[in-house]
Amino acid sequence: MSTIDQTILWTVIIGLAIGSFGLRFAFIGLMANRTMPTWLMRHLRYTAVAIIPALVTPLVAWPTPTDGVTSLPHLLAALVTLAAGYFSKNVLVAMACGGAALAGLLFLFG
Amino acid sequence: MPFTTTKSAFWKGFRDSAPFILVSGPFGLLFGVLAAEAGLIVPEAFAFSMAVFAGSAQFTALQLMQENAPVFIVLISALAVNLRVAMYSASLTPYLGSAPLWQRALAAYLTVDQAYALSIVQFESEPKMTVPQRMAYFFGTNGLVAPVWMIATVTGVMVGSQIPASWGLDFVLPLAFLAMIGPMLRTAAHLAACFAAIVTALFAVVLPYNLGLIVAGLVGMMVGAQVELWLERRKLATEAVQ
Repeated sequence: MSTIDQTILWTVIIGLAIGSFGLRFAFIGLMANRTMPTWLMRHLRYTAVAIIPALVTPLVAWPTPTDGVTSLPHLLAALVTLAAGYFSKNVLVAMACGGAALAGLLFLFG
Repeated sequence: MPFTTTKSAFWKGFRDSAPFILVSGPFGLLFGVLAAEAGLIVPEAFAFSMAVFAGSAQFTALQLMQENAPVFIVLISALAVNLRVAMYSASLTPYLGSAPLWQRALAAYLTVDQAYALSIVQFESEPKMTVPQRMAYFFGTNGLVAPVWMIATVTGVMVGSQIPASWGLDFVLPLAFLAMIGPMLRTAAHLAACFAAIVTALFAVVLPYNLGLIVAGLVGMMVGAQVELWLERRKLATEAVQ
């Protein structure tokens, strides 16, 4: 695991601080009583459910712990986590199921 | 129960938010542990949580920095993950928009999932609340969660720096992300967006600078929006027939 460069780290922290405050302040602070175009709101509704899976997919398909070699235990543990979250609607339940599945599968598959 | 004072509104928000400590505590702890694994020290991780105050964006940035992604990709991706707070902000505006600017600025900083979720339900179910009472309730929902998030981050870093690398926490972050996605998938359009993003991401890994993430995210958003439109039209058509 590589150590993060200090300049990059602080650029990201400051950039994100300004950026996420901007996102949050945009409407409540500046738009007061104007509304957003419907098409934009329609796309914004799907940012999190699209970006997070897009981020996580390569990490699951080619996991860091196996140096990028596709691994059945990691793949299955990922599916268990997603399914547990989907059905329980609870982040912590999903996390616990996923962690237990990974530990169990890694033990079984050696 | 109607509110008599702004103070009672604050404490109602405070009490309503209590169960959410069970989410922000462990996740703050996890962020701290993973930040320590990535080589961050206490002041860095604390500044991160304090300045950004957005869990999923922080996890995203941490992951991409470890992949040595270019800074603008880290920023765009982390902000994209957090775009939903812009929707929260838009949706709270009718209720809080007439409060003084400094209160709106503070409220903007504190706009996170649980504060929004609790407040919008409260404001809709009690339309008679005054703007100061609504603001007080909103701040109350953060009275516990915000401090817990910061304290948990710092605790996590201190714990994380004691954990040997051999424990293999490398796969915990992907699992944390997956755990966050599950409960977000509430409609067929959410599922379609998620599926489209996953498939695109598998092919888009060949793109340089982690651009695959942005491409897959955009494809997912467009698919989600189109499915939503299609479902709405179909519903209208069915209603027209009846």
